[in-house]
Amino acid sequence: MTKLHPGRLATLLTALVALFLLMPLIAVVPVSFTSRRYLSLPDGKYSLRHYQALWEDPEWLSSFLTSVQVGVSASLLAVALATAFCIGIWMLRPRFSGLMTGFVLLPMVAPPVVSSLTLYFFLKKLSEWNSLIAYDSLGGVILAHMVMIVPYAVVVVMVSLSQIDRRMDLAAQSMGASVPTRIFGVILPNIRFGLLGAFFLCFLLSWDEIGVTLFVTSVETITLPRRMWMGLRDNVDPSIAALSVLLILVVSLLVIARALLLMRKERAAR
Amino acid sequence: MRAYLFLICPVLLFLGGSYLLPFLGIMQLSFTDPEPGLGQYSHVLSDPLTLSAIWRTLRICVIVTAVSVAAAYIITLLWVRGRPLVRSLTELCIMIPFWISVLSRAFGWISMLSNRGLLNTWLKDLGLIETSLQMTRNEFAVIIGMSHYLIPFAVFPLATAMRNVDERVLTAADGMGASRLRIFWQVFLPMTASGIMGATLLVFVFSVGFFVTPALLGGGQSVLIAELIYLWIFQIPQWGMAAAMSVILMLAVGGILVLLMRRYGEMAK
Repeated sequence: MTKLHPGRLATLLTALVALFLLMPLIAVVPVSFTSRRYLSLPDGKYSLRHYQALWEDPEWLSSFLTSVQVGVSASLLAVALATAFCIGIWMLRPRFSGLMTGFVLLPMVAPPVVSSLTLYFFLKKLSEWNSLIAYDSLGGVILAHMVMIVPYAVVVVMVSLSQIDRRMDLAAQSMGASVPTRIFGVILPNIRFGLLGAFFLCFLLSWDEIGVTLFVTSVETITLPRRMWMGLRDNVDPSIAALSVLLILVVSLLVIARALLLMRKERAAR
Repeated sequence: MRAYLFLICPVLLFLGGSYLLPFLGIMQLSFTDPEPGLGQYSHVLSDPLTLSAIWRTLRICVIVTAVSVAAAYIITLLWVRGRPLVRSLTELCIMIPFWISVLSRAFGWISMLSNRGLLNTWLKDLGLIETSLQMTRNEFAVIIGMSHYLIPFAVFPLATAMRNVDERVLTAADGMGASRLRIFWQVFLPMTASGIMGATLLVFVFSVGFFVTPALLGGGQSVLIAELIYLWIFQIPQWGMAAAMSVILMLAVGGILVLLMRRYGEMAK
């Protein structure tokens, strides 16, 4: 009994779709080597000036640092909040836990532009009271990103909690372990990979976040995507091509490495 | 008992304070700014410019949804049912664009389609055209860019549905002499209908509130609802209108999501 594989027509159509998916990623490569100041193809003359600009321009560097700062702090805080919430739900199984989880997932399903407007409104109001967590400040961006990534952290942590054996926790409890001991000694060590995954996903989401960032920042706090946006909107700057090539390279290497790792695991399992 | 409260409450308080409360504030604005009443809503739903943006958004989102789901269906078919090597290759083609920043992807399309971009340069070199074709700053570019962004999202529900298809049914159809085309149209496609439905609703919901790609590739020429909200805040401040439009958008998306959950709830039973 052989499995029915897709035929030639399906393969051909898939090749077209794959080409469509990869085309824009390939298109940025030649543009990044142009010797001109505007978006164009290098006609004979290749230049690395746009890569050099990324390296030498203090603005790109400061945006890079801002993005790292925002990403790390927002992800750490979001994962901490999400983990506490998930463990609470998992241990207690309270009434309305479905409703509460639904509420926490809200920023993930709401239209991004509505969330952006909401957070802009909120941070503008906060700006009247303080300057730490305010519109166009580092604290403000971190808070806005936290709101947007908490749901994803909750999903990842929930999934990894659902995979651990409840009887371990019951055993600890029956032997008189206190709640903190159960959490720090039993539950957390068992979901450490889930937590790592949640942190990684959150960092990536924050690193790429532009919709909300566009609403809550203007000139003081400029993350990397925000600077890219500025370079794209007015007058297309080829430095963005250079940056995109670097980002695409990193992502591709990670995805391919992950695929190879999985393949190896599968082979070892066989 | 108190220990649990310390665990569950922080995130509820955090989101309640920084998301729910301000959203209620937005709702209040939609009824009060600039003047109390339903004026903002009736204005949003009667102003010809706004109406044309709503109409354009619906039209573009329907086209984008159809294109994305169709393309995703084809590529998912090979990802799920292809031979091992093909499977790994298609997976890379889906996953690499999925993880790449929306800005880099929009920029990629600008490099591809703009007047001095790849496509125009090639066509000129081949002597097929004299002057550059205008392929950015219009609806065409918006549709291309949005479809490109949304295809990977459509893949996941489709893949789930395709993996759930019972292999024996296909083998039975094959054994009884059905042609490959017939097996696909009359057996496989209907059996993955739930995945198509899920992917369609998911992609549509995502596309309606989409802001970045249309703003970059549309170049201010074809303004969609999300960009309109942005303009109402930062260009011509009209908080009430922006708030009313947001509430309408939220309700529409909420309605579609309820539909989606009902559908999946029924399937789970």
